[in-house]
Amino acid sequence: MIISLNAEKLGCTRGERTLFSALNFRVQAGQALAVEGANGAGKTSLLRLIAGFLAPAAGRIVVKTDGRENDDAEERGKSVGWLGHQDGLKPQLTVAEQLDFYACLYGHSADGSVLEQVGLARQADLPCRYLSAGQRRRLALARLLVSKRPLWLLDEPFAALDTSGQALVAHLMARHCGNGGIIIAATHEPLGLGNESLKL
Amino acid sequence: MSPFATLLVRDIRLAARSGGGAALALSFFALVATLVPLGVGADLHLLSRVAGGVLWVAAVLAALLSLDRLFQGDFEDGSLELIALSPLPLELTALAKIAAHWLSTGLPLTLLSPLLALLFNLPGPATATLFVSLLIGTPAVSAVGAIGASLTLSLKRGGLILPLIILPLLAPAVIFGAGAVALTLDGPMGIEGAGGALELLAAFAFGAVLLSPFAAAASVRLNLSN
Repeated sequence: MIISLNAEKLGCTRGERTLFSALNFRVQAGQALAVEGANGAGKTSLLRLIAGFLAPAAGRIVVKTDGRENDDAEERGKSVGWLGHQDGLKPQLTVAEQLDFYACLYGHSADGSVLEQVGLARQADLPCRYLSAGQRRRLALARLLVSKRPLWLLDEPFAALDTSGQALVAHLMARHCGNGGIIIAATHEPLGLGNESLKL
Repeated sequence: MSPFATLLVRDIRLAARSGGGAALALSFFALVATLVPLGVGADLHLLSRVAGGVLWVAAVLAALLSLDRLFQGDFEDGSLELIALSPLPLELTALAKIAAHWLSTGLPLTLLSPLLALLFNLPGPATATLFVSLLIGTPAVSAVGAIGASLTLSLKRGGLILPLIILPLLAPAVIFGAGAVALTLDGPMGIEGAGGALELLAAFAFGAVLLSPFAAAASVRLNLSN
């Protein structure tokens, strides 16, 4: 179980440009952090840094677990639940196949009830190519749930969703924090979790 | 199912459903193998001489058709990031993709080859050698191809550069594979006579399958950090 995630003097450069430097923040279990900033400020880059895809130009990210600290990107990646810009869905696979694939890939058994939670139970046998943008997003949320990871990194979690979808995201995030999870979300809208926010 | 088997099954399923997998490679292989006798003419002796080389080159080119999408599809739709975060190490991810590519193209090509050998008037023992050499050698094509596919995964027209990268690396496979067929054809001992070439081919394939997942994984990591 993760106790906290600390960023210490974190810096990120893309090409010649410095996106941010000497960034410090701390998120504890059960908390959410909203990352705000203009387009191109480096919100997605920060999430990619935390996930371990990018190496920081300076500083480090430390994950504290029971009595242990670790700043290894590869190990940190194994606790990350990722919801990026792209949904990672294959048009040829059905909704249920897609979800089962990710559940098994992350080492869990398939769980059909997750589709009900995100309101896609009736579309289970529909190939993903027929899904609308909002439905794809809901399926991506279902995938996030079946990955059962404690550290959620969400890039624009409300994008493309209708009002009930946005309420669903808020509900799932509140439940995740309630279970002791951590959420770091790049967003332009308030998360509504009484969370702290970080301006880039 | 283990994460490895899950990825393997999913990739085979995708290859089967997208129409770019086995069916396309097999048709290409069959068409090239049919065109060559039409172009060369009905010189049966000449045809059986060139059969090994032509069928090997055709098999490599047919396998190339679907290689550029090995990682690219997953990279473009964001699946690769999710796979990279899964408990499956990227090296095993690459191995699963190589295995899936071989099962959906290399193996069907091998199974079809004895039928196409008929068009070249290839005698029975030489056909057997061709079959065995493709069975041993096509995994190397998928494995070496995975290195090229991982290097070009972020390029829009990566499929055009891919052959330039991997065809030179596959020269040993073609030389030993076609060489084994020629040895069988010339020698009095049947497939036994091709032993040396087949062993070298097996060694090449073994090395390629063992080492290329590491190279491909390193290259995928590099591409994800862009």
